Amino acid sequence: MVTETKPPAVGIRSACKDYGSFTALRSVSFDISDNEFFTLLGPSGCGKTTLLRMIAGFEGITDGAIFLYGEEIENLPPDRRPVNTVFQNYSLFPHMDVAENVGFGLRMLGWTKGDIAARVKQMIALVKLEDFAHRRPAQLSGGQQQRVALARAMAPRPKVLLLDEPLSALDLKLRQNMREELKALQQETGITFIFVTHDQEEALSMSDRIAVMSAGEVQQIGSPEEIYEFPVNRFVADFIGDTNMLEAEVQQVGEGFVTCQIGDAQLTAVASQAVTQGQKGWLSIRPERLTIASDGLPATVEQTIYLGTDTQILARIEGGLNLRVRAQNDGARLAQGDCIFLNVADGAARFLVE
Amino acid sequence: MAAGIGGRTVSSAFAPIRLWLLLPSWVVIGFFLLIPVLLILVYSFLTKEFRGGVIWDFTLAAYDQFLFDRGLFGDDPPTIQWTYITIFVRSILQAAVATVLCLLIGFPTAWYIATRAARMRSIWLFLVTVPYWVNLLIRTVSMKFLIRENGPLNEFLLALGIIDSPLEIINTDIAVQLGLFYSYLPFMVLPIYAAVERYNFALSEAGADLYAGRWTIMREIVLPVVKPGIIAGCILVFVPSLGAFLAPDLLGGAKNFMIGSLIEEQFKGQAGNWPFGAASSMILLSMVLVVLFFYARGQAREQV
Repeated sequence: MVTETKPPAVGIRSACKDYGSFTALRSVSFDISDNEFFTLLGPSGCGKTTLLRMIAGFEGITDGAIFLYGEEIENLPPDRRPVNTVFQNYSLFPHMDVAENVGFGLRMLGWTKGDIAARVKQMIALVKLEDFAHRRPAQLSGGQQQRVALARAMAPRPKVLLLDEPLSALDLKLRQNMREELKALQQETGITFIFVTHDQEEALSMSDRIAVMSAGEVQQIGSPEEIYEFPVNRFVADFIGDTNMLEAEVQQVGEGFVTCQIGDAQLTAVASQAVTQGQKGWLSIRPERLTIASDGLPATVEQTIYLGTDTQILARIEGGLNLRVRAQNDGARLAQGDCIFLNVADGAARFLVE
Repeated sequence: MAAGIGGRTVSSAFAPIRLWLLLPSWVVIGFFLLIPVLLILVYSFLTKEFRGGVIWDFTLAAYDQFLFDRGLFGDDPPTIQWTYITIFVRSILQAAVATVLCLLIGFPTAWYIATRAARMRSIWLFLVTVPYWVNLLIRTVSMKFLIRENGPLNEFLLALGIIDSPLEIINTDIAVQLGLFYSYLPFMVLPIYAAVERYNFALSEAGADLYAGRWTIMREIVLPVVKPGIIAGCILVFVPSLGAFLAPDLLGGAKNFMIGSLIEEQFKGQAGNWPFGAASSMILLSMVLVVLFFYARGQAREQV
């Protein structure tokens, strides 16, 4: 996606953040392309918000550099950086109405009254709040406040829009709608979005690329498919989606695959990196990649949980390990104690190291 | 609108109980607020008795005396009596200056305290209120001692060679200002502190993010949001300053008379004139009420 003529939208170079007693970020480096919907995903305390706030300018940098379209910005104060933020709790100005909130950045940039009015009108229409232009934030619902925050941050045409868990305060239904709207907005405006979330579903459904972070480090960067299908380590596989994580030891190293012992059975798995025979690690198998078949791993049904479109089955294989299986509901019912065979789809098992 | 209707959820079945529960408050407010004010109102329309006290004869004489000069024997054509009006105007000016002074010093103080770590905040707040453990009279007398002609302040400045002859602070408006400022500063600091402490500093970040510099953030975001605290502080300083009599009496001397002293004189000793003191009080009270009325109306408009 990176062209030779245009530098990346944001370049992070060995960025560190040390709070003395606590290191929030340990030498993080990566590029975010122009027009990209880029997500920083990770559990709380992983450093994703710190990194976002460093790009915005609210946090200083202990070491390293941050570039915005080739220009070094890490020493500029926030009001001199052409990026805008959608805050987690919106931080709308309570004493200003919707139009004044949206126009605030433009006024600070010294736009003329006429230009401000036109742009504010356009932005309010974009987030469908025409009827609420003269309401104060306290008179709006959470979803409406969210839209005002978006319009306010996008009005000054930022080069990069930073979104700090903007959907976390909304209820589920609204959150799902906003996901689609955010994605559409990003494609419509062509602004580079950097989105921070701890919600993997949010990240998977909206992002062009995701950086999975943990303990102040980037664990993996890739498209949602890459992150989900080809996690590089145990943390990523565990954090994204649901998986069966089994302790395993490499028995045999083949070309592009390894063989591991699971219970009484041998399983072929794809290794995420070069491994040696006897190496200890983990096997990750997604529940939906396990199917009930006429032969394969023999197992006993321990428990079934009906989930609507599919059923989650807890199956005990020989050797005493439990595996979770996701099976589409096709009318067939399984009961506790039923004997079944499990088939592992090709390439579904991944051998991971810590 | 949604925010305004909270607390209206108690069903009407509880209404009688609620009235009974409110009774103690009403009794206290009635005895200590309404009845005294009514008494003063009534007294202001009575005839003065020469050794203090009143005669129960209805008259407007007290108000007439406040506003008009009818000569020594009371039979000249009435002219405007400027003496008391001047005292009132001077009092309002003094109180206004004291309020501005308290605001200028009190806001940064409150800001500083509110932005410290939680533990330091309580220590600072305690320090601000420490002088209040000492009686106001004692504090005012101490102030008099401090600033008198050969007091510590002048001796200090003389010793340093900053001045050649002692500053004449005592018995000037400046002394009165010092007294009022010292007496009422915490009333400014505390409400502003409460407002700043509640202030969400993410709003300042949002301002910086939207290209506002530090002073713009202060002027356009912080000040409007903490305004209720500032106004509360101003009222709490202005109102008692307007009626103060200790500071003007002890520090200002005879020529810096304020309303408070004027009223005090009327109720003290043999020379008193109770109806006149009551009338002056009522005029002072109505002025304060007018100020508060406009403030309340402004607030109500903003909440729409």
